Amino acid sequence: MLSLALPCRSWAHRLPAALKFGLLAVAMIALMRIGSLAGQGAAVLVVAALTASLGRKAIRQSLVTLRPLVWIVAVILIWDSLQGAVAQGVLFGLRVLAMVGLANAVTLTTPLPEIVALIERLAQPLARFGISPRIPAISVALVIRFVPVLRARHDTLAEAWRARSARKPRGKLLAPLTFSLLDDADHMADALRARGGLALPRKGRDTVGT
Amino acid sequence: MERNVTLIGLFAALIVALGFVPAIPLGFGVPITLQSLGVMLAGAVLGSWRGALAVLLVQALVAIGLPVLAGGRGGLGIFVGPTAGFLIGWLPAAFVTGLIVERLRRVPVALAAGIGATLGGIIIMYALGILGFWLVKNAGLKPEDAPISLWAATAIMAPFIPGDLVKVVVTGLVARTIAQYRPSALLARG
Repeated sequence: MLSLALPCRSWAHRLPAALKFGLLAVAMIALMRIGSLAGQGAAVLVVAALTASLGRKAIRQSLVTLRPLVWIVAVILIWDSLQGAVAQGVLFGLRVLAMVGLANAVTLTTPLPEIVALIERLAQPLARFGISPRIPAISVALVIRFVPVLRARHDTLAEAWRARSARKPRGKLLAPLTFSLLDDADHMADALRARGGLALPRKGRDTVGT
Repeated sequence: MERNVTLIGLFAALIVALGFVPAIPLGFGVPITLQSLGVMLAGAVLGSWRGALAVLLVQALVAIGLPVLAGGRGGLGIFVGPTAGFLIGWLPAAFVTGLIVERLRRVPVALAAGIGATLGGIIIMYALGILGFWLVKNAGLKPEDAPISLWAATAIMAPFIPGDLVKVVVTGLVARTIAQYRPSALLARG
């Protein structure tokens, strides 16, 4: 599973991740407040220009992310026209385009390692509560590692089902899938413990003699 | 400690993996995905806190730009789009589902999980989803514009509820199967 971030280096890739997230938050507040069609239209143009400046791949990727929003915008447009307020529907469509497009631009230009580094930095204070700051990064790695494992396990179960029944399994594979997942969790926990575990080194015991 | 981390991670992986199951079109053309079923299951099996943390992990993956939502969606855009409330609503959905299974110990597991999933995965999740949609829809309107009412927002989202009711039933059945064959695995009642 790959991150949605673009592998190339654009000008926006070089900005620090924390700065981009900060700017995005400010821009979102501004976009929520703009109520004029001209204002939101201008915002959409700015976001489109921004995306275009990142290259052709960025445009394509951004359109892919916006596609699922088409139906909801369409429903709203129809709804608002029935209410006699087409302008409101258009305003909504433009805002969604601008906001989602801008957030996508941040996602496209911030590589995963930079975000993980940001998370680890933000997780440092966890140590004060006796929680290992490694847990967020390990959890992310666990999920990324296990999604393909679960998919393969599901395919195996589905094959076994097909070998025994002409009917479709529907939801009946979920319980065995969950059982296998609970077993995996136990094995993984043992493996983690065997490698030193996630507890913080205790003061007084591990620091003796150092 | 280690077991909690791996359980949370693996249920988050299950929620992500359920997004790869192709969306099932309901009779009237509304697609349903199975990810919210994973959310209900995480609550029913892991209990309130671990279930909510599994969801939080998925939300974090979305925020850092991994394509973990159904249809390969992800990224910060989801959190500001018209459906952001639903994604955020997964958190209380898992928590409440787990809480009900934990608290209603005298009630059969299937029923408790069903009640929890209805309360958390439908009522609370839709309340947040509709509220989020309503906020994005009405943001920045001029005083003379009539804002869309919460009822209208509810009517727009209502076609998805039947699909989620099916997921409630499946959650109850899976929780019952787990309680039957391996009661110790149903950590919400452990």
